[in-house]
Amino acid sequence: MDIDVSVRESRFLPSADLQNLLDVLTEAGYECIGPRVRDGAIVYEPVTRAAELPYGITDSQGPGEYRLRADAGGRCFAWANGPQALKPLLFAPQESLWMVSRDAQGRLAFIPAQTLARPIAVLGVRACDLAALRLQDAHFRDGPRPDPAYGARRDALFLIAVHCTHPAATCFCVSTGDGPHADSGYDLALSEIDEGFLVEAGSVAGGVILRRLPTVEATTRQRETAAGEIEAGARAQQRALPGTDLRDTLFERLEHPRWEEVAQRCLSCTNCTSVCPTCFCYSEHDAPRLDGGESAHYRQWDSCFTIGHSYIHGGAVRGGTRERYRQWLTHKLGGWHDQYGRSGCVGCGRCITWCPVGIDITEETRAICAD
Amino acid sequence: MRTEPWSNPHLPQEAEIVERIDESDRVFTLKLRFTDSTQHDAYRFAPGQFNMLYLYGVGEVPISIVSDPEHDELLDHTIRRVGRVTDGIAALKTGDRLGVRGPYGRGWPLRELEGKDVLIVTGGLGCAPSVSVIQYMMRRRARFGTVTILQGVKHYHDLLWRARYEEWAHTPRTRVMFSADTGGPLWPWHVGPVTGLFEHIDLEPGSTLALLCGPEGMMAATVRALRGLGLADSAIWLSLERSMHCAVGQCGHCQLGGKFVCKDGPVFAYSDIAPLFSEKGL
Repeated sequence: MDIDVSVRESRFLPSADLQNLLDVLTEAGYECIGPRVRDGAIVYEPVTRAAELPYGITDSQGPGEYRLRADAGGRCFAWANGPQALKPLLFAPQESLWMVSRDAQGRLAFIPAQTLARPIAVLGVRACDLAALRLQDAHFRDGPRPDPAYGARRDALFLIAVHCTHPAATCFCVSTGDGPHADSGYDLALSEIDEGFLVEAGSVAGGVILRRLPTVEATTRQRETAAGEIEAGARAQQRALPGTDLRDTLFERLEHPRWEEVAQRCLSCTNCTSVCPTCFCYSEHDAPRLDGGESAHYRQWDSCFTIGHSYIHGGAVRGGTRERYRQWLTHKLGGWHDQYGRSGCVGCGRCITWCPVGIDITEETRAICAD
Repeated sequence: MRTEPWSNPHLPQEAEIVERIDESDRVFTLKLRFTDSTQHDAYRFAPGQFNMLYLYGVGEVPISIVSDPEHDELLDHTIRRVGRVTDGIAALKTGDRLGVRGPYGRGWPLRELEGKDVLIVTGGLGCAPSVSVIQYMMRRRARFGTVTILQGVKHYHDLLWRARYEEWAHTPRTRVMFSADTGGPLWPWHVGPVTGLFEHIDLEPGSTLALLCGPEGMMAATVRALRGLGLADSAIWLSLERSMHCAVGQCGHCQLGGKFVCKDGPVFAYSDIAPLFSEKGL
């Protein structure tokens, strides 16, 4: 595998000074969100003290399996990823789009929802999730009708990537070209080594924060160590997709028997689409107030695995699990090329881990695309 | 803290029902006007495009606009009662208010139609998207060649707008033919699928464009018949229906392969969707 793991122009921040990063960000007006252990998983939650980070914790992932366990190294980013990506922070799982009130004469007044976008700094963002963010940006922000709520939150986001050195058994970002090294799209990027962190700035805002940190110049040995660990992480990946553009192959094989076979295992439970950092479907609903004078129109995440997703008068277009799994996979690895010029899969492996029956996207794709 | 600088693409505008016409027991037409006159005057659309109509407290549905983009003052929407929202809209009266946002999508290929013979094949009850383009051509009759309208219905009871078809049939160089899967004593026309009418018409494949609207099974059979008659895939246009919540290519419900039917369609050249169209469950 040939990936660029050069750690450029980095400064060194000793382990004991990580708290300074949180403090500087807080002083700059950001609420810090970072990895924390809750309910047996690593989740992104507000963090004010470095000690709250998952020191000495690593994850063990496999199809339908996620466990945390102690890690002798004592680092705080010695894990691959948890169920969440950046998606819930930008594309809210549920939010109001507008309100409407109705007066006694039946006149309607529509009021757009206002998004209070607090500046948020996210610590510990993985390369796969930065790639997914670019795709969500393309979908929600960069089209002719940008989504105001997404855009406001996106503008207020400060991203601190951590190059990934501990891929899980479910990871395959090397094969999608999205990791484990975070190439761009961050404000700051960290490489964690035993004695601390190498810090690179990826934006003007990131440079401002970096200059306020008590860093020293990184040594050549530290840079080589960091680069070596990222390379080793890349080599350790056990899974791969059989290509980065499978669009034509998949759409030529809509009648492949594997679709029916995987449908026998798939529960159509929507876990994969919930944890997928690029899935963008949502449904819209009304919540009228009981007195009838007002109604909130809101959206919430939807999934192509529900029967309601394709409902039009007369019934659902995709009535069975075969059709729904096929929709998900052909869209993820095929339709995205038409829509946004690349695959919609960033190799994070979450859909494999969080599938209750352990369906593996790389295995299904190989079965369908093999000649 | 900041609020968004963007306008909200999800926000409807209030419109008033100026007139309501019951076309049949399940089909009705609402003539709408935005209550904000500036908004009403600024509104522009093309035949084949649709609006999202919002029923207070219930939700939105995509409905095709059937008025004439240049001649009509009001926005006409012909609606069939098929579910929760349309049943509720059916209960509204003149003077009642709705939310409207749009227009959305790409309509019929009006520029390509000019100077061409046009074959319209529609199926089902009051196929609104095809009515909009037929009326558009009838009002500008000289700009188009021969117009042939083939209307198929399931049951002879289902034929709406007999007077309107009568009027079109008496327009120069215009032919109107009907078929019903189930005929009856008052049904003098063809009995059987709408494709059965093809043996009664002459087509110049090189100078004809076909516009299709109706159930997908009927459109698929029509596409097969038209290709058999020598029409190119790029000369066959279809108006598709899919689930739509947002209408701006975000919510994902209307996808057909890599297409968003709401913004890339709902009118497509068959050549753009050929590999996907005949596949069930996509």
